[in-house]
Amino acid sequence: MNSNPALVVKDLSVVFEDDNAELQALENISFALRAREFVCFLGPSGSGKTTLLRAIAGLIQPTAGEIDFRFGRPPKIGMVFQQPNLMVWRSVLDNIKLPLELEDVDKNIAEEKSKELIDLVGLNGFERSYPRDLSGGMAQRVGIARALIHDPDLLLLDEPFAALDALTRERMWGELSNIWQAKRKTVVLVTHSINEALFLADRVLVLTQRPGRIKLDLEVSLPRPRADDIRYTSQFGELAKKLRAAIE
Amino acid sequence: MMKTFFTRYLGIISIVFAIPIWQLIVRLSGLPKFILPSPLDVYLRFVTAVTDGSLLIHTGHTLLEILLGLFFGACFATILGYFLAKSRALEKILAPYLVASQAIPIVAVAPLLILWFGSGLAPKVLICALIVFFPVLVNTIVGVRAVPPALYDLMKALKATRWQILFKLELPASLPVLLGGLRIGATLSVIGAIVGELVNAKQGLGFLLKVGDFQYDTAMVFVAILMLITLALSLYGIVTLLEKKFLKWMK
Repeated sequence: MNSNPALVVKDLSVVFEDDNAELQALENISFALRAREFVCFLGPSGSGKTTLLRAIAGLIQPTAGEIDFRFGRPPKIGMVFQQPNLMVWRSVLDNIKLPLELEDVDKNIAEEKSKELIDLVGLNGFERSYPRDLSGGMAQRVGIARALIHDPDLLLLDEPFAALDALTRERMWGELSNIWQAKRKTVVLVTHSINEALFLADRVLVLTQRPGRIKLDLEVSLPRPRADDIRYTSQFGELAKKLRAAIE
Repeated sequence: MMKTFFTRYLGIISIVFAIPIWQLIVRLSGLPKFILPSPLDVYLRFVTAVTDGSLLIHTGHTLLEILLGLFFGACFATILGYFLAKSRALEKILAPYLVASQAIPIVAVAPLLILWFGSGLAPKVLICALIVFFPVLVNTIVGVRAVPPALYDLMKALKATRWQILFKLELPASLPVLLGGLRIGATLSVIGAIVGELVNAKQGLGFLLKVGDFQYDTAMVFVAILMLITLALSLYGIVTLLEKKFLKWMK
């Protein structure tokens, strides 16, 4: 595995200021991400997980600290949100195509690539459907395809399966795992589910309750590719216990 | 089958029934032609007005005012509305004027505008634009503010430019509300043009209305009114067609 860091975050702090109150969301967060690593941030709600992701995505300015990308160019980012966050006026195909449109990629190539991704996330036959006709799981698949189409350097996933029902969620873990196996992106996933973190990640970082600090940095040594029943092994159970103990 | 057929053509059926009733009222009441012309009188007046070419000229003139007024009013309102939606400060500064401008009936300022800008095309276009302005402005503000914030996040994460955000997010996201404003504006624009022409004009359907009124040519007044209704309905229909074309996803 390539061990050069792809992303180095140093002493990152984020403070939200209201009219008369200050809210420290993140405090002195430091970590490094290896290229092609699947890292998961685990923490209770209010631990600033989403804030961290938004800071990495450039959606908010950190109050202090640095976020240093080492991709040799401004990083291309693919992002999946808690809600599918699709454009309701665009068909499935056109939603997936959006990042390429923004990069002014040739229409035919974009079309071709979109079809590939529709294949990858298993939405064949729904190319021309509109978001309102999709189930929650299908809509989130569109979101994932859209986050991958422009071949991003960094994939940011913000509790992407939180809004799905339990069965769909577990099926999506498997699918995401397979997609990662095929694409090998550097991934940051934010979640409050221990199972989700362990099933998907190479490494799990546990955040504390507000203000968010890193409490535990755990390598997940489970073999890949991971099948569904890995969750019932004793190794999985032990790691889960460690994580559970770290979460307040 | 029968039921859908009826509901579909109910509008036409109601008109078909209204005309004989109108004719009957004229016949029974014995009102003179200059008070209430019969449908036949109106039709005959319509034919002469078409054949001597006057109706076409006047309708064309009014239509030109309407289209120009609608165009300038809607464009300016959309642009200003966009900036107002983006800036609370700007909204606070301009809100009193905008609301006040709506409190003044357009009929009251029309003579003033004619006084300032003469009796030509310009003041009528201006009145038309003014009346179109407000509904389009309000809908633009509502529409742009309703764009989901999460989609802005998406666009920013993808490093979209300002123009891309405008054309690929804000415009399509607010289009249903924008077209709703245009639909209201389109029907109001007809009123604007007529108000201007009634105050002072040498051409147009409003001028025709006034002349018909002065000369007790009431059938002509009816013809002019029917033309106005036709114009308003056509504009409304065009906006509806635009909605059908651009808002397929809503069906």
